[in-house]
Amino acid sequence: MREWISGSTTERTEPDRADPRPRSSARPVERRLNKKRRLLLLKGLVWLLGLAPLAWLIWRGLTDRLGANPIEQVQHRLGDIALITLLVTLSITPIRRLTGWNSLAPLRRPIGLFAFFYLTVHLIWYAVIDETLDFEFIIEDVVERPYILVGFTAWLLLIPLAITSTRGWIRRLKKNWRRLHRLVYVSTGLGVLHFYWQVKADTYWPIVAATVLAVLLLLRIRRRRRPIQGSLAD
Amino acid sequence: MLIRKPDDIPSSEITPEPVYVNRREFVGKSAGIALGGAAGGALMGGVIGGALAGRPAAAAAQTGQVGQRDWSTVRSEMDEELTPFEDVTSYNNFYEFGTQKEDPARNAHTLEPRPWTIEVRGMCANPGVYGLEDFIQPGTMEDRIYRMRCVEAWSMVIPWYGFGLKDVIDRAEPLGSARYVEFRTLHDPVQMPGQRARVLDWPYVEGLRLDEARHPLTILATGVYGQDLPNQNGAPIRLVVPWKYGFKGIKSIVSMTFMEQEPYNTWKRTASYEYGFYANVNPEVNHPRWSQARERRLGEFRQRETLLFNGYVDQVAGLYAGMDLRVNY
Repeated sequence: MREWISGSTTERTEPDRADPRPRSSARPVERRLNKKRRLLLLKGLVWLLGLAPLAWLIWRGLTDRLGANPIEQVQHRLGDIALITLLVTLSITPIRRLTGWNSLAPLRRPIGLFAFFYLTVHLIWYAVIDETLDFEFIIEDVVERPYILVGFTAWLLLIPLAITSTRGWIRRLKKNWRRLHRLVYVSTGLGVLHFYWQVKADTYWPIVAATVLAVLLLLRIRRRRRPIQGSLAD
Repeated sequence: MLIRKPDDIPSSEITPEPVYVNRREFVGKSAGIALGGAAGGALMGGVIGGALAGRPAAAAAQTGQVGQRDWSTVRSEMDEELTPFEDVTSYNNFYEFGTQKEDPARNAHTLEPRPWTIEVRGMCANPGVYGLEDFIQPGTMEDRIYRMRCVEAWSMVIPWYGFGLKDVIDRAEPLGSARYVEFRTLHDPVQMPGQRARVLDWPYVEGLRLDEARHPLTILATGVYGQDLPNQNGAPIRLVVPWKYGFKGIKSIVSMTFMEQEPYNTWKRTASYEYGFYANVNPEVNHPRWSQARERRLGEFRQRETLLFNGYVDQVAGLYAGMDLRVNY
C-alpha cells in the first residue's frame, strides 16, 4: 500500500522497495527517505480527505440526492465542513503534543487552507446561488443579521492568515506570524457562534462544536502556563 | 371585507408532473454543477458535471397519478405549480421525530395513527371524546390547494384534503365567553422518539382566536394529494392555516380546548422574542435573526417576494383590522 501511494507521487525516492530489514536498523539515508515518504503519504491523505467532501457534495447533486431544498442543503453542508476542518486544524498541535507524532506538524497548513477554501465556497454559494448576487439584499443581510455578520467576519479574519501561510511570510513576520495566526481561534469562535445563532431550537451540534473549541483552547492555555520546553516548530 | 368562499379558488390546470419533477431534478443537478463551478480549482466538479449533464431523466418515468386524481394539471388559485408529493413528504419540520428536515420521513413509522381519539373540552356546551371517524363526521371533505410558508423562509404549494375547522367548532357549541381554541399534539415518546430529547416543551401546543378558527380558509387536514396524511405530515389529522407560518399548523392532534385566555403556544414559550401567538406571514415584520421579506419556493432557483398574509390578504386582513402587526407578531 505504501509503495503504491508513494509510487504515485511525483517525486521518485526509490529504491528500497524490497528491503527486508526491520526499520530500526535502516541506515540514516534510508531513514530520511522513509520520513520523506511518510510525509508524502500523509500529505496525499490530507488532499484526499480534503477534497472528499467536495466530491461527495458534487456527486449528491448530480444524482439528485440533495433533498427537496438542494440550495440550502449545500449551503449548510459547506458550513459544516468548513467548521469541522477549522477544528481539525486547531487540534493538530495538541494531538502532536499528546502523542509525540511530530510528523503531523506539516499538515496544519494544508488542512487550514482547506478550511479557508470551504469557507470561501460557503460564502460564494450564499452570495451567488442563494442570493443570486442581489447585493442590496446581501448588504442588508450582512449589516442587519447578526449571524451573517459574524460569519462574514470569521471569513474576513482568515484572509490574512491564508495569505501569510507561505514559508516566505513565516520568515518575514518572525514572532508576529504566530501572534497573527492566533486569529484562527477568534475566527473559529465566530464560526461556532454563527452556527449557534441560526438554529431554531436544537442547539446540540453547535454546543458540541463549542465544547470541542473550548477543550482545544484550554489545552492551549494550560500549555502556555507551564515553562517553555523547547519546540521551535510551534 | 371580501371573503371568498373556498369554492371560488379554482384548482385548475396544466403542468404535467414529469415536467416539474424534472425541474426539481434540474435544480438539484444545477446545484451539483454550480458547486463544481464555484469551487473553481476543483477540476472534479467540471469534469463529472460535464460528463453527466446529459444523463437521461430517470424521474420522467413518474406519472401524474398520486392517489385517485390526476394532479398533473392542478395549480393554485394564483396559477402556481404544486410542490411534488415527494418533496411535500420528505422535507418536514416535525420535531417529535427529529430536528432535521429528513428526520420525520425516516422516523415517523413508529407513529400509529389508527385507532385515534380526539378530546373536545373546555368552555363548550358539547364536549366529548371522539374516535377519528366520528370526529371528522360533520365535515365536508375536499381538496384545498394552499401555499405553505415556513417561518424559516421556504415555501411549498400543497393540495391538502380536509374540511373546515368551523364544522367541528359548531358541533362543540363553544360558550359565549370562549375566545380561543387550543390544540395539542400526541405526547408519547414511544411513538414519537423525538420527544425523548427536550428540544421543545412537549407536548406541542398551538391555538387560534375563535374568529380565525372559524374562518373558511382554516381547515383540519386528514390527507394530502388525495390520500391519507403520511405520518411525517401529521397523521391522522392536522391543522392548516394558510396565511400563518407553518408552525401554527399543529400535527397529530389529540385535543382541542375552548378557552377564554390566549393559548400559550410552544414556539412562543420557546422564544417569545422570536415567535408570537399570531404568526401571520408578513414580509414587513422580520424574524429577529433573519428577514421575512423573501422566501425560497422549493424547486425554484430565485427567491420570491413574500406576500402579506401569504397572499390571502383579501380574505383575512379584516380579522386584524386596527391591530398593530409588529406588536402582535
